[in-house]
Amino acid sequence: MAITVKTVVRPDRGGLAATYLPEIVKGMVTTSKHFFRNLGTYRDAPTILYPEVKRKYSERFRGRHRLMKRDDGTVRCVACMCCQTACPAHCIRIEAEDVGDRTVEKRPRVFTIDLLLCVFCGNCVEACPCDAIRMDTGMHATPTLTRAEHVIDLPCLLAAGGPSVATQGGKFR
Amino acid sequence: MTLTDALVILVKGLVIVFAFAFGLGAALSWVERKQSALIQDRYGPNRADILGLRLAGLFHMIADGIKIFTKEAFIPDGANKVLFWVAPVLTLACPLLVWIVIPFGPGPHLAISSAGTGILILFAISGFGILGPVLGGWASNNKWSLLGAMRSGAQLISYEVALGLGAIGVFLVYGSLDLQVLTERQTGTFLGFLPNWGLFTQPLGFLVFFVAAIAENKRAPFDVVEADSELISGYFTEYSAFGFAGFYFAEFVQMAVVAALLSVLFLGGWQIPYVAPLTEGFGPALHAGVFIGKIVFMLWLMMMVRWTLPRFRYDQVMSVGWKGLLPAALVNIAVTAVVLAAVVRG
Repeated sequence: MAITVKTVVRPDRGGLAATYLPEIVKGMVTTSKHFFRNLGTYRDAPTILYPEVKRKYSERFRGRHRLMKRDDGTVRCVACMCCQTACPAHCIRIEAEDVGDRTVEKRPRVFTIDLLLCVFCGNCVEACPCDAIRMDTGMHATPTLTRAEHVIDLPCLLAAGGPSVATQGGKFR
Repeated sequence: MTLTDALVILVKGLVIVFAFAFGLGAALSWVERKQSALIQDRYGPNRADILGLRLAGLFHMIADGIKIFTKEAFIPDGANKVLFWVAPVLTLACPLLVWIVIPFGPGPHLAISSAGTGILILFAISGFGILGPVLGGWASNNKWSLLGAMRSGAQLISYEVALGLGAIGVFLVYGSLDLQVLTERQTGTFLGFLPNWGLFTQPLGFLVFFVAAIAENKRAPFDVVEADSELISGYFTEYSAFGFAGFYFAEFVQMAVVAALLSVLFLGGWQIPYVAPLTEGFGPALHAGVFIGKIVFMLWLMMMVRWTLPRFRYDQVMSVGWKGLLPAALVNIAVTAVVLAAVVRG
């Protein structure tokens, strides 16, 4: 391609404008206004001072997981492995055990989530057939000193859990 | 000179240079960040605290100091090791030395020295300050540093001309090179209602001197020397720890020097407008307070300039210096001389 030259015509303002001074004064007035408005009050600062003030998240925000409970306080999860299968990051590990109750059959003996692997996609929540796993705690995966602390287990997941409005077996109250 | 005189000068030097100039330089590192934050609707530094006390982030300068002095002092391969460390020391020493001729109040006690050639000493020392960036940039064995050093040499020498010529009008009007005498003669009123300050008798001189002084500071809008967008950090690209602190701190102390000089030459130094000099009791202390207030105001103004204006391109810097400020300064000198000869003393 041939190289073409485009000449940009620059207006010759001349006079006082050529000294930049009028525009400099205008600019200084603008910045001074901001300075004095914010002095001592930070009136216009949109910043949220994070650790002290927390932003209100949308209800759909996907945060740390929790496991919901039945009415009697036991875990709702029936260890069907749907979430483990759906998980694209392979961060869920479930080991099932027998409950002794024929209507429930199984429950997790071990349920761990490695938050360092988790991509917070929410597929596990979508996959769960009995509203056992949710991501609505609104909590972040907070920094820890060791990697092991990021692997959260069954008691930890249950601690944030509560009763679900759904009844077991797909019927709603 | 007796031993007592020497001791007095030493104490004054310690107070003015180490307590005042160093303190001001350190405070400016906080002011710069806080003021830019306020201008840009941000909070700025506000996290460092001592026992839960935050003071709007004032303790950040202590945190910064501790941090920077515990860093590794890195020397690049192939650098000239001696000159590499001489450069920041030299750069910092010059703006600190300059304070010896700045008068803080009336009488002989509120200045370290009252040399009759005051301003010449000042210009000589600041001229020497050009060596620091040039040496540092050359000794770093780095292309960016070298480019920054060359730009620094070119810019500082160009604007030193305008700086000196811009101040000459003031010397003509007040008839002295001694900063103390200059200040004393800025008493009373000009045209009957304005304070008899350099700002009003020499408005064009003030403009030229102010712009040239900002350029001498190597700060935006004249920051082609550091030019973060082009040269990483210019002449101090390779510096860390002490060296970086030296250059960084020198910039702020230099700013304070320029603010003090602007106050002395154009804002009447320690003079209070419409008030005759107070020499009794707490008068001198009041004058010193007024002078420091003027310094603080000029620093605020220079910070506003730095955070308002976009930077000049390198050729624009040279063109403003040689084709704008230099002719303006020369015209100012000529007009001032003619007016003085014809009207005032005719």
